[in-house]
Amino acid sequence: MAETKEISVGDMGARAGELAERRAEANDGAGEEMGLNVGPSHPTTHGVLRLLMQLDGDTVTKCEPVIGYLHRGDEKIAENMTYNQFVPYTDRLDYLSPLANNVTYAMAVEQLAGLEVPPRCEAIRLIISELARISSHLLGMGVYGMDAGAWTAFMYTFTEREKLYTLFEELTGARFTTSYTRIGGVARDIPEGWLDRVSAFLDQFLPILEETQRLLTRNRIFLDRTEGVGVITKEDALAYGLTGANLRACGVDFDLRKDRPYLGYDRVDFDVPIGTRGDCYDRYLVRVEELRQSVRILRQVIADFPDGPWYAEDAKEIFAPRKDKIVTSMEELIQNFMLVTEGPRMPAGEVYFEAENPKGALGFFVVSKGGGVPYRLKIRGPSFSSLSVLPKIVPGHMLTDITVILGSLDFVLGECDR
Amino acid sequence: MSAGEGVDSGPATGTGELLDSLGPRFEGLEPRPTTDHPATRCRAEFIRPLLKTLRDEYGYLMLMDVTAVDWDEESPRFTVFYHLLNPKTAQYARVSVDCLDDDEPEVPSVVSLFAAAEWHERETYDMFGIRFTDHPDLRRILMWEGYPYFPLRKEFPLAGIETELPDSEVGEATEAKVLPAPMMGGPFVAQSGQPMSASEPRGRDESWTEHHHRPEDFDALEGPEQPETLEDRSGDKPRIED
Repeated sequence: MAETKEISVGDMGARAGELAERRAEANDGAGEEMGLNVGPSHPTTHGVLRLLMQLDGDTVTKCEPVIGYLHRGDEKIAENMTYNQFVPYTDRLDYLSPLANNVTYAMAVEQLAGLEVPPRCEAIRLIISELARISSHLLGMGVYGMDAGAWTAFMYTFTEREKLYTLFEELTGARFTTSYTRIGGVARDIPEGWLDRVSAFLDQFLPILEETQRLLTRNRIFLDRTEGVGVITKEDALAYGLTGANLRACGVDFDLRKDRPYLGYDRVDFDVPIGTRGDCYDRYLVRVEELRQSVRILRQVIADFPDGPWYAEDAKEIFAPRKDKIVTSMEELIQNFMLVTEGPRMPAGEVYFEAENPKGALGFFVVSKGGGVPYRLKIRGPSFSSLSVLPKIVPGHMLTDITVILGSLDFVLGECDR
Repeated sequence: MSAGEGVDSGPATGTGELLDSLGPRFEGLEPRPTTDHPATRCRAEFIRPLLKTLRDEYGYLMLMDVTAVDWDEESPRFTVFYHLLNPKTAQYARVSVDCLDDDEPEVPSVVSLFAAAEWHERETYDMFGIRFTDHPDLRRILMWEGYPYFPLRKEFPLAGIETELPDSEVGEATEAKVLPAPMMGGPFVAQSGQPMSASEPRGRDESWTEHHHRPEDFDALEGPEQPETLEDRSGDKPRIED
């Protein structure tokens, strides 16, 4: 297939004059633009993001993100399966915090069903959401440091993440693809002594977090690379629909956990860190503080952990009965059969629900015509909006700043492409 | 018009309040049945002034999501949904616009109001083929440029449709194509309100694989029904006597 092309070099003497001419052109300040393609498979793009850039020397003049390399048609798949069957697919949206996605999805569908879950279930969900936030921010912080050239922080944060994944494994049976929630509850109750182990993790985690953030927060090189870089104004952040830590770093005081409380976030005491300048450094600082606040939230919930059922017991048309009842009682057997074959019986309606996930506001728009299958399920991935701001903020920066800007936005392509 | 009066807008969603003040200003504004957020239907020509009013006077500064729903057989076939957020009060609002033309759906773009709309509208165009007029750069975003179908339309099969590779040179050299996924074994879909045999979960429209070929007359078969259900079998000659 390969063809050898012959290139006529012509008279070397004549070419020498041509080259000299071109060099003079490049040096006269007008500048010659060069196109540069980064990705879709490149370590700094954190997945399969592709950037098409125009460079003038070392300065980026135009940046166009190309997405869709991880598009799996999740929304189409959702229209073809029952509500509970879709839970594993939500793991694969923001695959760095699957537990938080599970919770948000279940809550969106429960809102459609008009279902309330008992306090114990809410507490479990709140705990796993915050643990997911810690795990996601730890990765965000670690690889961000690595993008800026600081390797060591990454080692610390990954060690902590490993401990978290051990806790997730004990709770859900899986480290990454947890699929833990069900419509109307969770897959199983927390194991004996699990809360103590979470507490023990938190106790040893805080000193390590302080040690790790000291590696970056006052690090001269890190400061030089992040301060004043990738500034997003308040207005831009709102116009582009940025959410989560990226929005708060720009000085907008908005956190769905505070402003539109769910899962009993209104009963716990925590602060929402706000940035002032909206640069890469602020986004880092906001995430570090959110880690501390998450620990604070978790301690309060664990100290006051409710007893009782961990799924909506009266939701017989939605939540599967207990396993031991299924094999001993006829009514429960039929109920289970109907749920498995036809799916939960949902009312018709439209529901849009967003929750504060680690990467921002993850939204589900569920359109139901009744029955066990969603008619349409739209997923609003926060990373999609975070990336759409790139063409606005990147031009004018040096090429080497791109890695830092990408790292600071803390996106994940799984929920961007869906 | 009687905006929001006597319409069941769900428990305390605020649709009525919003419509009472907006209704007189925009012709054809109707409440949309909802249980969570204030929701309104709007005519396509008013979408830009309505969203501008909501942004500038009602504090809905953020456009969180733009998407569409394909109602299949119904007309209007496509409805575009906008979800707005007021970050001060943490209130959402839903605005829907029906596309008048079922074959060439079109809606005015709101990119001039919300920068976020640029990508969201591109995605909606990519998935449903709805054109957003005056969009600065309406291209596909998730699928590749030149892809011939709109995957989230209801007639598009879950397995996909055979297509040329995005790179025509590679396609010509290798003769490879994008092939429909084998669907035997799922994902499953259940239909409620039908006989039990029909409601057992099965792959909706793709029960063929590399080994089981697609039935020739598949398109003539009705909807999700499979050729072999319990009823079909019982309608045949009694098998026991064979």
